Amino acid sequence: MSENLTLVQAVRDGLRDEMAEDDDVLVMGEDVGKNGGVFRATEGLFDEFGDERVIDTPLAESGIIGTAVGMAAYGLKPVPEIQFSGFMYPGFDQIVSHMARLRTRSRGRFTCPMVLRAPMGGGIRAPEHHSESKEAFYVHEAGLKVAMPSTPYDAKGMLISAIRDPDPVIFLEPKKIYRAFREEVPDDPYEVELGEAAVRREGSDVSVFTWGAMTRPAMEAADNIEDIDVEVVDLRSLSPIDFDTVVESFKKTGRAAIVHEAPNTCGVGAEITATLQEEALLYQEAPIERITGFDVPFPLAALEDYYLPEPERIESGIREAFEF
Amino acid sequence: MVRVLDEDGELVDGAEVPDLSDDELVEMYRQMKLARRFDERAVSLQRQGRIGTYPPLSGQEGAQIGSAFALAEDDWMVPSYREHGAALVRGLPLKDTLLYWMGDERGNSVPEDANIFTVAVPIASQIPHATGLAWASKLRDEEDKAFLCYFGDGATSEGDFHEGLNFAGVFDTPNVFFCNNNQWAISVPRERQTASETIAQKAEAYGFEGVQVDGMDPLAVYKVTKDALQKAKNPDDDELRPTLVEAVQYRFGAHTTADDPSVYRDEAEVEEWKAKDPLPRLETFLKNTDRLDDDDVEAIEADIEDDVAAAIEAAEETPRPDPVEMFQNVYADMPQRLEQQLDWFESIRAEHGDEALLED
Repeated sequence: MSENLTLVQAVRDGLRDEMAEDDDVLVMGEDVGKNGGVFRATEGLFDEFGDERVIDTPLAESGIIGTAVGMAAYGLKPVPEIQFSGFMYPGFDQIVSHMARLRTRSRGRFTCPMVLRAPMGGGIRAPEHHSESKEAFYVHEAGLKVAMPSTPYDAKGMLISAIRDPDPVIFLEPKKIYRAFREEVPDDPYEVELGEAAVRREGSDVSVFTWGAMTRPAMEAADNIEDIDVEVVDLRSLSPIDFDTVVESFKKTGRAAIVHEAPNTCGVGAEITATLQEEALLYQEAPIERITGFDVPFPLAALEDYYLPEPERIESGIREAFEF
Repeated sequence: MVRVLDEDGELVDGAEVPDLSDDELVEMYRQMKLARRFDERAVSLQRQGRIGTYPPLSGQEGAQIGSAFALAEDDWMVPSYREHGAALVRGLPLKDTLLYWMGDERGNSVPEDANIFTVAVPIASQIPHATGLAWASKLRDEEDKAFLCYFGDGATSEGDFHEGLNFAGVFDTPNVFFCNNNQWAISVPRERQTASETIAQKAEAYGFEGVQVDGMDPLAVYKVTKDALQKAKNPDDDELRPTLVEAVQYRFGAHTTADDPSVYRDEAEVEEWKAKDPLPRLETFLKNTDRLDDDDVEAIEADIEDDVAAAIEAAEETPRPDPVEMFQNVYADMPQRLEQQLDWFESIRAEHGDEALLED
């Protein structure tokens, strides 16, 4: 059996299934209980599982993440929610100094199998500090895994994989597509393995590498370009990155355009570019194009459309790569 | 401020000796002496370049050993980076403490049977962990464990102090927060950390009890910690489980071997506090009450000299860890990219030899 769900409903479905499956799984954060989360990602869970497994916490990001580290070390599987990824910074010390390092520092005596969820990215006309896409911070940190689904099916399967994963996972949910479309999602729990990219569209001329909310405008651009055969690869996991699929695609097309909404400098696109140089230089037919956000603070609503890569900008990038 | 012994080692009027056997009291004394001697040797080893930067504990033995003695076997301690003495009581070998400060991560691997959380260096960051550990224990319906978390006076200025204690109050977790108020956060005095009259009174804001204790009086520390641990496990109907203990004390030496305390504090102040030294204080008490004599002290001193020497020898004889260990324990399963980096690194080692890769 399956249901036609939005991405945020699929997140809730995944949480619910894993909480039913494993008594150690608990959800915590600001407004996740009675209110069901500001984006309704935890709606109904409070009634179903009670206040010891769906916990409304004080408003304190470091406290939420830091206590979850302690809980995880003690054998529970906390899934804390930070209301917006732009609010993760007060808990950044706990993420990079402890969540990521507990296994290393204790030589395996203590581990930190938690999943830190946060809605991320722009495109919903949100106030300042509500639209950031800073996945590169977490990708840069060894000991963490970083996932970003782009479809409801993946959202549920990847979240279940993340909760079952023995390592800490940063699970970033592109909120622009929380309710943008629906997809059939199986009722039963299933896993979409972390670290595996998905080829969303096969093509032979240019490879587009993207993830999260950018997957849809990238697909749209690919569909709009009739004279170029575009392949679109959705990375899904940003740490680890499925470089096998990336390199294989690039070897086939010899041309690449990387699309992400995070700022350009030191973004994950730079890592992909460097890896293609290292592993597939002799297959390269053209400079690798990066179609990304700009190196500016994420603008307020009036200008965000200019900031975010949209199909036209992506199309131009793909043409640059093709026509070189 | 709670006191059992005065500065001369006499029982304070109306105070009772905690319920410890004579042997236990002497053992407390021995552990404090061992911690002091270990500390002296560690500082000296650092000066000789045989270990790296090291945070000394001298002056804080009463607070560390007194509090750790109060822990039951199943209780946990969550240390900062200075609790070598308390960790020793809880079963972490001195050799491991040395290894850690020599820069060998294996020293931070706590034995499976010792309920000690790993050392946290970022100030106050271990406080939310302690709350989370205790919270998890409570969610699992355990009623027989309490979690003792150590931090300094500087830590009380950090957001994590507030967030950890606030969560503990809200969720009524079995925590004891133990502030080693040693008067100085590196060079910044206690008065620059807070305008509160005491640190203990901050507990008021979180809805639970705060207790100020003479941190250089091991018997008072033991008593206060014991009561707090007891309450964490079995509170009265009208009280919350957590307690904030402020143990007022002094660090005789530097914050770490990397700073020079003569730059920021007067020698007169140090001398004033040295008069309150927990070691002679307990020794006098034990002697005056016929629990200890000069021969015992001599025997204890000889013993601990051997213990410390053996720990140093064992640590120094431990071969450098295999560099492969850098790559291990980062993830449960090594990611492909990390494996590739490890393979590359191994090929460089094979090509050049380890000697060539090490700085002289």
